[in-house]
Order: sequence, then structure tokens, then C-alpha cells
Amino acid sequence: MRVLWLLLAAVLTALLGAASLVIGSREVPWTDVLAALQGSADNLNQAAVTKRIPRTVLALLAGAALGLAGAVMQGVTRNPLADPGILGVNMGASLAVAVGIAWFGMFSYTAFIWTAILGAAVTAVFVYAIGSLGRGGATPLKLALAGAATSAALVSFISAVVLPRADIAQSVRSWQIGGVGGAGFEGIGRMLPFLIAGAVICLLAARPLNSLALGDELAAGLGERVAVARAAAALGAVMLCGAVTAIAGPIGFVGLVVPHLCRLLIGVDHRWLLPFSALTGAALLTASDVAGRIIARPEELDVGIVTALVGAPFFIYIVRRQKVREL
Amino acid sequence: MTGTHRLEANGLTLGYRDRIVVEGLDLAVPPGRITAVVGANACGKSTLLRSMSRLLAPQSGQVLLDGRQIHSMPAKELARTLGLLPQSPLAPEGITVADLVGRGRHPHQRLLSRWRQEDDAAVAAALEATGTTELADRAIDELSGGQRQRVWIAMVLAQQTDLLLDEPTTFLDVNHQVEVLDLLTDLNRGRGTTIVMVLHDLNLAARYADHLVAMAAGRVHAAGAPGEVLTAGVVRTVFGLESRIVADPVSGRPLVLPIGRHHTEGADRAGEHGAAAGMRERDALQGGYARQPEERSSPGEPEA
Repeated sequence: MRVLWLLLAAVLTALLGAASLVIGSREVPWTDVLAALQGSADNLNQAAVTKRIPRTVLALLAGAALGLAGAVMQGVTRNPLADPGILGVNMGASLAVAVGIAWFGMFSYTAFIWTAILGAAVTAVFVYAIGSLGRGGATPLKLALAGAATSAALVSFISAVVLPRADIAQSVRSWQIGGVGGAGFEGIGRMLPFLIAGAVICLLAARPLNSLALGDELAAGLGERVAVARAAAALGAVMLCGAVTAIAGPIGFVGLVVPHLCRLLIGVDHRWLLPFSALTGAALLTASDVAGRIIARPEELDVGIVTALVGAPFFIYIVRRQKVREL
Repeated sequence: MTGTHRLEANGLTLGYRDRIVVEGLDLAVPPGRITAVVGANACGKSTLLRSMSRLLAPQSGQVLLDGRQIHSMPAKELARTLGLLPQSPLAPEGITVADLVGRGRHPHQRLLSRWRQEDDAAVAAALEATGTTELADRAIDELSGGQRQRVWIAMVLAQQTDLLLDEPTTFLDVNHQVEVLDLLTDLNRGRGTTIVMVLHDLNLAARYADHLVAMAAGRVHAAGAPGEVLTAGVVRTVFGLESRIVADPVSGRPLVLPIGRHHTEGADRAGEHGAAAGMRERDALQGGYARQPEERSSPGEPEA
């Protein structure tokens, strides 16, 4: 059953990837798509498709990373509202990049990525600390509120950093609203090692996360070093979020919606949930990007806006459920 | 695997920040027996259990397992000898019984190792022992409180260790309390599993424990066989409660009858002599027995 869902998700992801190559403001016949895939760019059709290839690759990778990171964050915090966007982690990464560009003249992808990961990590620790204050520790709603408030503040900071700098406003814009439209293979290539490292850490955390899900005391009784496991898993998630945000900007809600959907389909075992979330995340982000091109034809909506349109109602649904219980 | 490990605490002082909860506590758990820890709220019994399972590092003193300090043992190695069921573990929404019990195998698995036959066998045996085999594919959320508690016990059983249980009968109806304690007794008798549990109910503790530990103000006030430990004097010191101790007609173990402000041992005689009519009325409302005081004063209550 679980294998079936996994296969289905893989097929769906592949189909959406193909759709992403075909669908756009310009109608392109299949023959030109195939030609473009083989490296040809002889006519306008093929040139358009050639531009869509890195964009599709980025959507797939970023979606997978965000879906995986969301599932890990929900597991680490035992919080059904955890998401790289809602917890402000992506916005923290964005602010770090904006500051790097505006104040330190940063320009290389590698610098963006390291800075973004640092920003994501600082924000994650900050939000978790704020959300844990007071009685009852980091309850789902407190954590979500701390994240939302921090996120709002970070957005303002980004504007404050960018506004006086008309010269960089255009280049920084992509770290205010996430999108995959401007993707190039150079950025993707720089991002890839970080994604792989982050994904490996996250997938190795599957079993510890299964123990943490039973409560800290029981996890410790099962021989899990709770603090170490939690920190390692969070590090993996932060690397994924930071690297994606450095290249694609802050994209929210993928990490929220995807793990919930996956849990419904294949259950709560993280050894299955994590890879399935990655696949489904890739599918969702790619679908959102394609949808953004269709909705606003001949213009296009940034994928960060589309995922927010999909994810916000879902967020409200989860909060509105009778009680927001810990995972 | 079980019944052979020695667990003891020497001069154990425990606390949170600067608040000392347990001070200079010595305790030896008899191997292969059932030990029950009783005491008033906040006397440190849960804190003691947390420390014995390494959730809390001692401020001084040590917890020894077979002579080794548990706080310097590798986490998983300890978890292969000693299992803990906390008071309120969390069950992920929608998790199945089999999946939950399988998580008890965690200390026996490496980071990347595959699920092995012995894991399957351990889970099956744990389900069998707790009578939850038929529930294996059910979601935890659908089960009754008693069934759920049996599943949690199955989970720590799958760990194949001696057991520490923090109030395993809390939140359960009395029939389920007895069911859980019977189950633990089966495990102890059948497999020689050493069991240490914190219990609230003195009478159930007296009935099921081989070894009773009464704690007061962070120290062991009395420890030994329930018949020796449970005296009116101990109950007075530990709980600040006056009581009569009689022999439990079912088990022969001591049975604690609390004496509150409204029910003194002289109450029946007060009824006989026609004292305070108000009191008689109230007694009548509460059980109707005040009307026949002669019946109640029938002697022959065995003294412990």
C-alpha cells in the first residue's frame, strides 16, 4: 500500500515535471520540447523550453527540500503548524541574504547560501526560544504565533534594508517573494551539495523522530539522546530551507501542507513519511509553478504567491480543527 | 535478560535548579520482584523514577545498574536493560498498535539497520503477553483507556528489559487498574521481569508489590514487605493521615482504611448513644448504616 502511494507520487511528479516544460505563455508542440531537451534551441519554441528546463529542475528540487524540511520540523517540534514559512525560517534566510547584498556587497551564490543557512538557523533558534517561553513550553499555537510575528518583523526589516538602495532593489526582489522563474543552472549547481547534505541528515533522523514522537521521556527511555537528535534533525531542515531560500527566495506553506497530506496517506512512520514528503513537495511546488503560469497568462504569478494561496486556507483548517494537538 | 540485574541508588540527591526534591536517598531494588513506590504528592517518587531511568542527572550520589553508573552508560545500552513507561506518553495521531509497539525496538536497532526477524518476534511476543494481538492493526485513538495502557506496556515489553513504570494505573477505572496490575504480575512471575512502579493507590500497592517503598520528603521512610511497611504510623508520617490497617480479606495483605475528620473510629458508638442528631442524619444519607449501629459494631476486625 505504502509502496503504491510512493510510486503514484513518483509518477505524478514526473508528469508535472513534463507539464512544466510544455505549459507556459507560449504554446510549444511536443516535437520542440523533445528537441529542446536534447539541447537544441533553433527556434523560438525550443528557446522557450530551454528556459523552462532549469526552472522545472529548481521547482522539483526546492519543492522536495521544503516538503522534507517541513516534515522534519513538524517532527522535531511535535507541532502540526510547523513549516519553514510559518516559523519564519525562510524569511530569516532572506533577510540574511538581503543584508549581505545591501551592506556587504555579497554577490556569489555560495555566499548567498551560507548566509541564508546562517540566517535560517538564527531565526529557528530565536523563534523556538520565544515560542517556548512561559507555561507549557513550545505549544503549537505559541510557536506558530512566535513564527508569524517574527516573520512579519523580518519582512519589514528586509524592506528597511532594501528601500534606501534603489540600485539593488531589483536584484533583491526575489528574496522578498519566492519564485523559481529566474532559475539558472549555476545557482542550482551551487545549491545541490547543500540540499544533498541536508537531505541525508534529515533522512537519517527518521528513526530518532519516530522515538521523539512518543514524548521526550519515552524517547529517552528508548535510548534516544533527545537533545542531540533534535538538534541534528533541525540542522538538516535548516540547511534545506536556507539553501532553497538562497536560490528561490522564501516559499511558504509547501512544508506545512505536504506532510499533513502524506501522513493521511501513508501514516506517521517517519521512515516512510520523510521520503514521501519530499516527493509530494516536488509535485506540489511544480504544480503551483505551472498553475501560476496559467492563471496570470500571459504574465505569471511567482510560485511563492501560489503556494500561499493554496496553503493559507489549509493553515486555517488545521488551526480550526477542534484542538490543535501535539503530534 | 531479566531478573538478574541489580538496580540501586546510593546517596542520591535530586532536584531542579536549586530546589532539592530528593536528598541522600538509598534504595536497592530486589531483582526479579515487583517494587512499588508510594508517597504523598511531591514527595519525590516520580523524580526518583526519572533519575533511575537517566532522565534526570543526580546532583550528588549515583544510580547503579549492576554496579555501573547509569549516567555514564551509553544511552542505547542502558535502554536495552531498563525500560521506562512515563506517566503520559504521547501517541502520534492515527498510529497503529503494531507500529507503536514496534517503536519499542528502537534501542536494539542501529541508525540504518533493517527490521529483523527477532524484532518481529519481540513485537509479537509483547502483543501476545498483553493480550493485544487482535488490536495490532487498530489505531491507538480508537482504543479504550485500559486497552491503550496495555498497548503502552506492550511497547516497553518489546524493548525486552526490566521495567520502570510511573503510575501505570492513573486515569484508569478500577477494573482496568486491576487488569494492568495483574498483567504486570504475570510478566513478573512468568518472565522474572523486575518491575519498579510508582503507584498512587496504597491498597493496590500493598496487594501487588513484593517490596514496598514508602517515601516522605525526598527520603525513603520505610522499605520492605508490605506487611511490615504499612503501619498506621508509617501512613501517618508519609501521608499525614490517620488510618486503621486491617488484613485485606481477599489477599491477606494490609488494607489501609483512612480516617477522615468526619469518620472517627468512635462514630458508631456516638450513634449508639444518640449523640448529635445531625451527624446521624448525615451518616444516614451517606450510606444508611447509621440506622443500624449494632450491625456495624460487630467485632472481629482483624488487626494487622
